[in-house]
Parts: sequence; structure tokens; C-alpha cells
Amino acid sequence: MIRFELPSLGPDMDEGTLLKWQVQPGDTVKRGQVVAVVDTSKAAVDVEIWQDGVVAELLVKPGEKIPVGTALATLLAPGEVAGAPEAPPAAPGPAAPSRRPVSPAARKRAQELGIVAETLAGTGAQGSVTLADVEAADRQSRGRAGPAAAAAPSAAAGRSQAMRKAIGAAMSRSKREIPHYYLSESIPMANALAWLQRRNDGVAIAERMLPAVLILKAVALALRRTPELNGFYREGQFIPATAVHAGVAISLRGGGLVAPAIHDVDSKALDALTRDLGDLVQRARAGSLRSSEMADPTITVTNLGDQGVDSVFGVIYPPQVALVGLGRIATRPWAYDSGEIRALPVVNASLAADHRASDGHRGALFLAELRELLQEPALLAADASPAASQDNRKKGDGHE
Amino acid sequence: MSAMARTISYRQALRDALREALRQDPRVFLMGEDVGRYGGTYAVTLGLLDEFGPQRVRDTPLSELAFVGAGIGAALGGMRPIVEVMTVNFSLLALDPIVNSAALMHHMSGGQFSVPLVIRMATGAGRQVAAQHSHSFEGWYAHVPGLRILAPATVEDARGMLAPALADPDPVLLFEHAQLYNTEDEIADDVRVDIRSAKVRREGGDLSLITYGGSLPKALQAAQTLALDGISAEVIDLRVLRPLDDATIMASVRKCRRAVIVDEGWRSGSLSAELMARINEQAFFDLDAPPARVCSEEVPVPYAQHLEEAVLPQPAKIVAAVKTMMGRMP
Repeated sequence: MIRFELPSLGPDMDEGTLLKWQVQPGDTVKRGQVVAVVDTSKAAVDVEIWQDGVVAELLVKPGEKIPVGTALATLLAPGEVAGAPEAPPAAPGPAAPSRRPVSPAARKRAQELGIVAETLAGTGAQGSVTLADVEAADRQSRGRAGPAAAAAPSAAAGRSQAMRKAIGAAMSRSKREIPHYYLSESIPMANALAWLQRRNDGVAIAERMLPAVLILKAVALALRRTPELNGFYREGQFIPATAVHAGVAISLRGGGLVAPAIHDVDSKALDALTRDLGDLVQRARAGSLRSSEMADPTITVTNLGDQGVDSVFGVIYPPQVALVGLGRIATRPWAYDSGEIRALPVVNASLAADHRASDGHRGALFLAELRELLQEPALLAADASPAASQDNRKKGDGHE
Repeated sequence: MSAMARTISYRQALRDALREALRQDPRVFLMGEDVGRYGGTYAVTLGLLDEFGPQRVRDTPLSELAFVGAGIGAALGGMRPIVEVMTVNFSLLALDPIVNSAALMHHMSGGQFSVPLVIRMATGAGRQVAAQHSHSFEGWYAHVPGLRILAPATVEDARGMLAPALADPDPVLLFEHAQLYNTEDEIADDVRVDIRSAKVRREGGDLSLITYGGSLPKALQAAQTLALDGISAEVIDLRVLRPLDDATIMASVRKCRRAVIVDEGWRSGSLSAELMARINEQAFFDLDAPPARVCSEEVPVPYAQHLEEAVLPQPAKIVAAVKTMMGRMP
């Protein structure tokens, strides 16, 4: 028998309200299938299941508010027969009346990790939360961490307040734990905008490529050279990510923001990224993000240019170690080494990075690489694989 | 002395230690009920009367009060007496000389007198000798400042603990669990052990089984059973019941985060209670479960074999306590 538990959909989520079930007892489910919709403090989220099986029993009714880790349903594993003997439930159900027992070691560790131990499912004696439970929850939340979900337009009145609180918790933790350093770089965008204009000429509005896509791609490729900015800082050490899942900060119409991930930005072609970004923004604002999208951004890119600011100095979303901020692309005077001054479109790119994972020197390399890559938009367009990137960089060297 | 290893019994190891002490130090003599002609109730002193003569291996009248008191007097007078009290059950008759005289003389004399006395006694149940002959009162003695309390649980400790006990200027009590006399093990001829530290008898990571004396083999057996279920028990042999080796105990508890104490004594007001208290005082924030105990049921130890077995700690009870602690079905 498999217990399907309410996952944490971000380090700031410790409970959720089941909105509806997408499956019934007896249904066969596949790994990755959306089985339920859960309202976090931020959004209504499609929750995916991570094991194949057959739904045996739904343990929570729509409308119930439950802590993370609560068993939502039981599943028969493939080949398992209903009614076969099983291990007794280790934890008391969601209706357990008294406070959940938490071992002293678990309580101490939970405090260090900023986890609310009482919300976890316990596997110890008398259903108690043990040190191992806390560490498992920490791994899970860090593995799936991400600036969580979107506020649906039909959000309840308390939604924006809850979202404020959730953002506050994550950002407080960031400022408490992460020694930030900040760098910024002015990047000429004349080549990039000219290339985009040619690419978008005669293309329907919905299919036009935005500068944000080029920038996202350039960020992902620049990270190949400075992998210490892409990944997670957990349990006292930096763990680099193997792919770039860029969390894209999206502000919501009802207030607040989310930063769901676009997966594998480093290996996707620009057209695919254009589609992904449009789709993501639309679904974020409609409140139909998938749990995996909120789970695993390895770096966040925030673009506040639309609001007209020159530059952004961001707060890193833990357990990520870096955030790239972009201001407005504005026409400015640009002085060349020759002394010539011209008016150019320029964007100010900033980097907020975790000093535990990298130093300013590496951060500066990243911004320099980002600047170089954005001078060669055609090469960004050609790049869809790591090998291609290596070649492109060589060609791009020395370009001004 | 050679460093040869040989397999001997716990009883033989004790006898070898006594013989060595009698040979090396003319101040050492043995005294107690039936230690001479009969060779000791548990045959520990068999043959020593013939070897060392009646001056040094002395049979006494049946008065624990008298011969323990005489031992204290001899120690004060410069001798190194080794007094055998047949069993802990009868030592109650000598509580006054042990607790009020031997343990306190150094203090009461303002440090002028020491009592370098060693008292050996058998302890424990499990031999169908009924309630009056089955007590485990070593925990009581461990309550008293001024005494050092040893519980050799292995053949090595049976062989090695006597020499440092004799070297101690203060009274030392050795508790030999009656079930251990026939156990055998291979030990080196020149065993040297300390009488300060507890010892890890089996390494593990999931919980600490803390025990001593006659319960050590049971704890080791339980640890073996638990290993088959994927539970890794670390077994700590206390060896010294007073003063307790807190450092070794807490290092293990902090590592494993769970502790089960196995003690044949009753639980109320006991050594196991003291261990629980210390673990809570010193390792509370490292615990992943409330400490647990496997002790004798709080009844007089029955005579009937099946009832006696049911009352005492057994490997199956230890396994069940551990599984409950680990959140598994016992």
C-alpha cells in the first residue's frame, strides 16, 4: 500500500486545502498524472502523483485543510491486491486531536532548518516526528522548492494576505540565512533588438519573440561557465544542478508574484522557449500551474523592465543561490573606448548571489559572459545543445 | 608473562586473578563462607587453600556482619583483603559495615584512613533458587558515594578487574552474575583492563542498548536478532556501575538518538532509573524517542521456571521494546 501525501509545494507552504479530486477509487494512475487540485496560500495547484498504482481510498475530502505530509490517499502498488496485510499506519490521521509528538532531536533540527515539525507526518514511536522525518521533509522541500504558485483570479479574500505572508516567510529566511552579494552590468542591446525585429517581422503578435526569451537563453548559457550560480544550497553545502530550470518571476494581476520554472532552458531552442514562456505566464495568471513547475527552479530571473525601473537588486529564493535581475531596456548614451558617444538601447543586468556558493569574481564572469552572449543573438538562436554552445562562445570571443 | 591466548571460563578467569594477586602481594588474603575447604559456593576458589594455606584462604563463620567487618579492620590495618560474600542476598546482613564503615571511613577520618578492601559477591536470578536468593541489588550499592562498583560481564573483565580493584585505595565491590560463571571465551594471559570506563561491545547506529553483567549476553543476542530486521543496535557494557562513565554512554546515545536500558534489577528507584535521568539531563535534545527500559517485573522472583523466565529480561522482550521504540510492530 502506497501512502500519497500532500507534498510541500515550496519552502513557505506548510498546509493546503484540497479543492477537488481528479481521480476516483479504482482509477489507475501514472507517475506525473494530476490527481488533485490543492489550494496553497498562493494558488490552486494541480498536484501530480509520483508513483504508478491504483487508487484505493481517498482519505481527505474536498474543502479540508491539511498539513503537508498528511496522507491524501492510499494507492495499491502495481501488482498489489486490495486487502492484503499491510504495515499499520505510522502516523495519526489528520484528525488526531492532541499535538503531534515531535522528538527532541527532530524539534532541534527542524528549528535549525526553519521547518514546522508539527506539520510533518511522523514515522517514529507513537506516530512521533523523528529526526529522519525532518530531514526527509527538508530534502523534499529543497528538492521541490520554488517560489510557489499563482493566485487565481477567483481567489478568496484572504488569499493576498496569505500570499504576502508566504512571500514574507521565504524572503525573511533568505535575508536571514543567505549572505548576498550584488553586481551589475550595463549591456548594449542594439544587436539583440535588431535581430528580434527581423525575426518578428510579419509574425502574428501571439508568436512574436520577446527580449525576455533571448535574455533567458543567454542566462542559461552563461551559467555553463559559472555552474556555481545554478543549483541549491542545502545542508551546509552547494549542490550544482545538472540542467538550468529558470524560475521566471511573474507578477500577478491580483497582486503578489510567483516564479514557476521553465525547464531545461539551456538545451531548448528559442522558439520552444517562446512558447513555454507564453504558456507559463498565461497559466500562472489563470492559476493553473503544475506542481513540478513550482518545484524545481535552479535559478530565478526577474524582469522589472515593464515597470520602468533601471535595475533590480533581487532577494534570492532559497535554496537557490542566485537571482538575475533585469531593468528596462532604455536608450542611453554609450561611450566607446575610442571616445565616440552614441545613443544605444541598454539594459542593466544585475546578479544577486549567495556568497556561500560563489565569490564576486565568478559572479562578474557570469555577467560578462551574459553581456557577450547577448551581442550574438544569431548564435543564441543556433544553440540548442551544450556542444553548440562551446563553439559559439569561441566565435563570440573578442566581439564588442 | 606470556601473551598467549587461551579459552577459559569466567570462573577460571576469576580464580586465575585471585591466584595472581595472592602470589604477587603478601598482604592479599581471601576470606568468606566456604571459600577454603569447599572451594567456594561457585567453585571460584577451588584449590587455592591447598596452594596458599589456611592463613591466606580463610573460612569464616556464617556471619556477614562479622567477617565483612573483620575485612574492613584488616584493610585499615594495612592488609589487602578480598572478602567473598556468597551472594548479594546475604550482603544485606553486612550493609552497615559496607555502607556506614567502609564507604565512609575516608571521609569520617578527615582523609587519615583508607579502606583498600575488595568484596566479591554473586548476584542475579535465573537458577530457580526463589525470591530470597535471586536479588540484583548492585544498583543499591551504586547509590553510595565512597564505593566503586564493578560488574564484570566478560571473561576478560573477570580476569582483569581484580588487579586494579586491589590497587584502588578505597573499597571496591565486584558483582559476578551467577549465570556467567560457566561462560567461556578466549582471552590473553596478560589481560589488562581499567575500572573506569564503559565499553561498546557491539557497534550500531539506530539505538543504544545499555546494560551490564548478566544482561549483556541477552542484549547481544537481541542485537543479533534485530540486525536481521535491519535494526542496528549498539550494545554498551557499563562495566563500572559507580562512578558511571557518562561520556561513553552519552556518546553512544547522541549517535543513535535512542536508548533502551536492560537491567535485571527492578525499575523503581533503580540504576536503570538513574541512567534514564542522566540521558534526559545530558542528551535530551539528541533524543528521537523517549528512553525505554527492560527490567525485571516488580514482583518477588518466582521459583517456577516458566514464571521466573517471564519475570526476567529476555532477548525477546528487548527486541519487542526496541521495535516499539523504532515505530515498528513488535
